Amino acid sequence: MFELISQYPLLAALFALVGLGAIFGAVLGFAAVRFRTEGNPIAEQINELLPQTQCGQCGYPGCRPYAEAIANSGEAINKCPPGGEAGIQALATLLDVEAIPLDEEHGEEKVKAVAFIREDECIGCTKCIQACPVDAILGAAKQMHTVIASECTGCDLCLEPCPVDCIDMIPESQSLQTWHWPLPDPASRDIQIIATDAAQAQDRAA
Amino acid sequence: MRKIFDFHGGIHPPENKHQSLQGSIRDAGIPPELVLPLSQHIGTPASPVVAVGERVLAGQLIAEAPGFVSVPLHAPTSGTVAAIEDRLIAHPSGLPAPCIVIATDGLDEWVEQRAPGTGYRELAPGDLLALIRNAGIAGMGGAGFPTAVKLATRPDSKVQTLIINGTECEPYITADDILMRERPGRIIEGVNILRHLLSPSETLIGVEDNKPQAIAALRAAAAGSSIEIVTFPTKYPSGGEKQLIEILTGRQVPSGGLPLDVGVICQNVGSVVAIQDAVLFGRPLVSRITTVTGEAVDKPGNYEVLLGTPMSYLLTQAGYQPDRAQRLIMGGPMMGFTVPDANVPIVKTSNCLLAPGLTELSAPTPAQACIRCGMCAQVCPASLLPQQMFWFAQGKEYEKLEQQNLFDCIECGACSWACPSNIPLVQYYRASKAEILQLRREHTRAEQSRLRFEARQERMEREEAARTAKRAARKQAAEQRAQAAAAGGAGDEDPIQAAIDRAKAKKAAQQAGTGGTTSEREKLEKTVLTTRARLETATAKLQQAQAEGSDLADALQLGVDKTRAKLETAEQALQALLESDSPAPVTPADPAAAAIARAQAARDAGATSSPADKARSQLEGLEQRLEKTRDRLAASRNNGDEDKIVEALESTVVRLEEKVSAAREDLKAAGDT
Repeated sequence: MFELISQYPLLAALFALVGLGAIFGAVLGFAAVRFRTEGNPIAEQINELLPQTQCGQCGYPGCRPYAEAIANSGEAINKCPPGGEAGIQALATLLDVEAIPLDEEHGEEKVKAVAFIREDECIGCTKCIQACPVDAILGAAKQMHTVIASECTGCDLCLEPCPVDCIDMIPESQSLQTWHWPLPDPASRDIQIIATDAAQAQDRAA
Repeated sequence: MRKIFDFHGGIHPPENKHQSLQGSIRDAGIPPELVLPLSQHIGTPASPVVAVGERVLAGQLIAEAPGFVSVPLHAPTSGTVAAIEDRLIAHPSGLPAPCIVIATDGLDEWVEQRAPGTGYRELAPGDLLALIRNAGIAGMGGAGFPTAVKLATRPDSKVQTLIINGTECEPYITADDILMRERPGRIIEGVNILRHLLSPSETLIGVEDNKPQAIAALRAAAAGSSIEIVTFPTKYPSGGEKQLIEILTGRQVPSGGLPLDVGVICQNVGSVVAIQDAVLFGRPLVSRITTVTGEAVDKPGNYEVLLGTPMSYLLTQAGYQPDRAQRLIMGGPMMGFTVPDANVPIVKTSNCLLAPGLTELSAPTPAQACIRCGMCAQVCPASLLPQQMFWFAQGKEYEKLEQQNLFDCIECGACSWACPSNIPLVQYYRASKAEILQLRREHTRAEQSRLRFEARQERMEREEAARTAKRAARKQAAEQRAQAAAAGGAGDEDPIQAAIDRAKAKKAAQQAGTGGTTSEREKLEKTVLTTRARLETATAKLQQAQAEGSDLADALQLGVDKTRAKLETAEQALQALLESDSPAPVTPADPAAAAIARAQAARDAGATSSPADKARSQLEGLEQRLEKTRDRLAASRNNGDEDKIVEALESTVVRLEEKVSAAREDLKAAGDT
């Protein structure tokens, strides 16, 4: 055996390479079975970035189906109006693709709103309750309904089924809790000349 | 002599402290109206416990703390609750917030004050903390973090060093300086309470060396105790908690950690005095010392102000000249903010009210491009890279900002002060921090929505599965019944089959025997019999009535007559029936039965006729149909009907012709046999 190998160095190399290939193949095969990932991790990550309003404006019945469509069938990333430009930017970064402007066909970016039921007009038909994707509407048949404001995602899905049009979307007003410092006005840095020159220019103008 | 450490960076802006140190602490008095915001601290806003129109005494609880990180609120003086409504408060947003408005009566009547006094040493730490918490004390250095929360140490962490912050590094502000000068005894008393509560191994009071009078006063008051007054060179922002800890102990608070992580608890001198007031005298936090300064006031100085006092009232006392002022700033020139209106109230965190003159704090010059000189990084007390963070903040690259430890920024403004391009750097960090926090909040909310959506999805799937299972069970049961019916053969179990059977049986019974006449005769006979019986009884009654001479006799007579007439008609009908019975044939009224009878007759006839006759009659029928169809086809063609109809008729004609020829063949074959 050894003699054979020493006589034919080509055989030695062949044996060594085939042996290594077999070992690594076995290890990789075992790892593929042992460390199999459940579900689709990319879809999971995309779903994390989506705003979870479950509004269906993208044409899919909820955020997860849209995430799966992006991950599996290469659906466009610009169909989520509630996510807005920031959401598209985040998706583009995750998927390493070009950020494209929001597809107007699916709606435009709006201020976040919360549904409000005008309770004296509600007839208690439960249609909005069935439409709500996050179970944020409380009520029973022939009883007045009301929206749990903290759970409402502002998806507008309850507006259409209401037979008496008693649901309003109230845009979230700014409160002390939601207010924060704005970024400085970028226009303030557009002055291209030196400050003292700018002051002189102002004096001359005056 | 204690070793003093230094922290990275820092700046030396003009101090401007002498203006407000001219006199001693002045009492601002009681304004006609006090406006008390429910949120004067970091944490959950307090919830009111008084009603509009209610009379309150000084020191009375008017709003309680609803959560752990919150503090209650007390009435600063006696008066009536005029309103509980949204008012403008001292906040950079200029948004209104819920406030309790008290119309003061000037009497300043206090509620009965109960306090352990010097007996606090007997109290358990928990009770002492509750006392501090119930007094409404929140950090008075400027941030307003609830003091009791800060003092609540975990059992496993040992407080090595208690640091009292008397640094007051920001320009213009002298509230702590004057407090240390004039009330050193109360500070030391307060420190003793904290020492009892925390039992630290060492207690330090840190004061910058630009306050020699305060240092001397404190040293005198602390003589004989183990409290050490440490002085160190003046530098902004050495009054920052983390910076002061590094100066005094050389230890750095880890990023994202608390001072307690390095065994330190830090308290402002103002908070210490408030604790002393609460524990020794039972006096809740209802007033504070506020510096009023700037070129727009004639009498700058320090005022003991009731919380809720409108700034305009305080400014009037200090000789405010609105025409000389450019704006009003709460806090110092470095970290303060412009207040939206002069009527906003003084709160627990208002250490200074700055009314700069027209030229005093120049309006920010236009920002220029970053030249990456690195001066901001040199002065940053948190050892951050402000120029990098500026870059990322502009691009809204929040992940990279967090990697640059944006949240270690104490927003001291040293970078903006040092920037040769006048870039408002700290503004970028404030905005980015808030934006990141908001994104985090939104993410938590999205996560909650996702969970709710998935739970709903799961529930609907479950309901759908239950429905499908039910449907399947019903279908299976129906199949089983059908099988059983087929196996039994009797069909008794199938209600429809049973009904058909019953109907058939009834029909058969009707058709059986001699037909309907028998039953009719029986009926008539029965009628005759019963009518006769009724007539007999009626006649008997009539006779009785006539015998008794009753009034009913006439009525009974009428009844008897009627019954007799009925009997006669019945008898006549019966007679007629009996006469017509025998010759009358059975004429079934049922058309179905008639059809069956006709069919049976036809079959009987068919059975007797030869196959040739049958074939002939069939042929005749077919020929007739063919003739008819040909006529219709011709008519359709003449009328110019639709092609479809014509085509259909043509195909029918062809088919009938085939059938006729086939029938002829049959006839021929039949003739042959």
